[in-house]
Amino acid sequence: MRVTLWGTRGSIPSAGPETVRYGGNTACVEVRAGDGSLLVLDAGSGIRRLGTALAGQGRRIDLLLSHLHMDHVQGLGFFAPFFERGAEVHLWGPSSTDQRMRERLSRYLSPPLFPVRIRDLPCALSIHGLTEEPFDLGPFRVTAGLICHPGGTLGYRIEEGGRVLAYLPDHEPALGVKAFPGEPEWTSGYDLARGADVLIHDAQYTDAEYPEHEGWGHSATSHTLAMASLCGVGRLVTFHHDPSHGDDALDAMHAEACGAELPFTVVPGCEGLSFDV
Amino acid sequence: MQPFRGGGGARHNARAMAQQAIELILLRQWASYLTIPVMLVDREGVLLFYNEAAEKVLGQRFEDVDDLRAESLAELFQLRHEDGRRLTPEEHPLGVALHERRPSHLRMRLRALDGSWRLIESTAMPVEAQGTRHLGAFAMFWEVPGP
Repeated sequence: MRVTLWGTRGSIPSAGPETVRYGGNTACVEVRAGDGSLLVLDAGSGIRRLGTALAGQGRRIDLLLSHLHMDHVQGLGFFAPFFERGAEVHLWGPSSTDQRMRERLSRYLSPPLFPVRIRDLPCALSIHGLTEEPFDLGPFRVTAGLICHPGGTLGYRIEEGGRVLAYLPDHEPALGVKAFPGEPEWTSGYDLARGADVLIHDAQYTDAEYPEHEGWGHSATSHTLAMASLCGVGRLVTFHHDPSHGDDALDAMHAEACGAELPFTVVPGCEGLSFDV
Repeated sequence: MQPFRGGGGARHNARAMAQQAIELILLRQWASYLTIPVMLVDREGVLLFYNEAAEKVLGQRFEDVDDLRAESLAELFQLRHEDGRRLTPEEHPLGVALHERRPSHLRMRLRALDGSWRLIESTAMPVEAQGTRHLGAFAMFWEVPGP
């Protein structure tokens, strides 16, 4: 698998001179299989540039949403393949007990918040609510699982060619845990991330910032490291950077994270970064 | 009084590497902060957790318990109706919530593991999650002050 990060910021796009290295676009990750098959993880503002890069390729696109918070869907209306006649796009996301995915997305993709309605998009669009049963998308085996974040949020485990990528962009596994990490059985996201070659994981707060944000659905650096260690991952990519953290602050967080001897590699999630899994 | 045991530690051994559903994880974390006694069982009725407040009523620390099924509760705690009649496994609130998937409430007597008799009230709810997943049930109970 080849992974490219098109947006790694959390909460709100944060473009500015202080965020040029880590980037200001919100969550979007491109995953390519060896045969060129494509998965897109989340549709934050980073998806706009990805859409431009994909224009005219004519390949089926499977777009997996972790949840419907704005920083994960706000780029949908600016995703070029949506406006290509003949493009085949499958949109997957968390099910709800009372509303279909299409209805929930229509709250954003309709006037007055957005001028174009879903039904007016010229591409061949299919929208699917996900369960926790593993399923295949071309060469990818995808497992979605509910994780600890407000509002019904999925993490993903993606397997292809014997390699495993885990994507838990918004995740607070330490919420309410008196000594984190506890037992794997009682750790949110464990089954998704267990033994992953690469884990892309929420690392929004410093340890000092976390107490004021407990219950907001995100992790402190030490929680992210503990999660990666508990799950026995090979590489950790930090993600969902707080909009108030400029490049220098994120450098400092990364340096502190790498200060301890860790059984895995820590890679700072910078927009534009591309790597093999 | 025998400590309550059943599966020889199978609860920890068999499940050590499998994660519980997020709804059960959050319920357990929530319960661990409450001072109201709470007991949580999975869809098969296997005991998953009870909190410190429940330990006081039941007379044994959760950490000292191995496998226990909801069906065994009536026998283990010699559950009785308030008037002294024996309570069947199908009658106690946790069993009703688990098998009939509806809330249930009852005032009853139990013999705690320290040998004392307690009058309690218990309300149990099934744990129903998105995707029509039935994950188990939990009971909140409290001791009724004596006359």
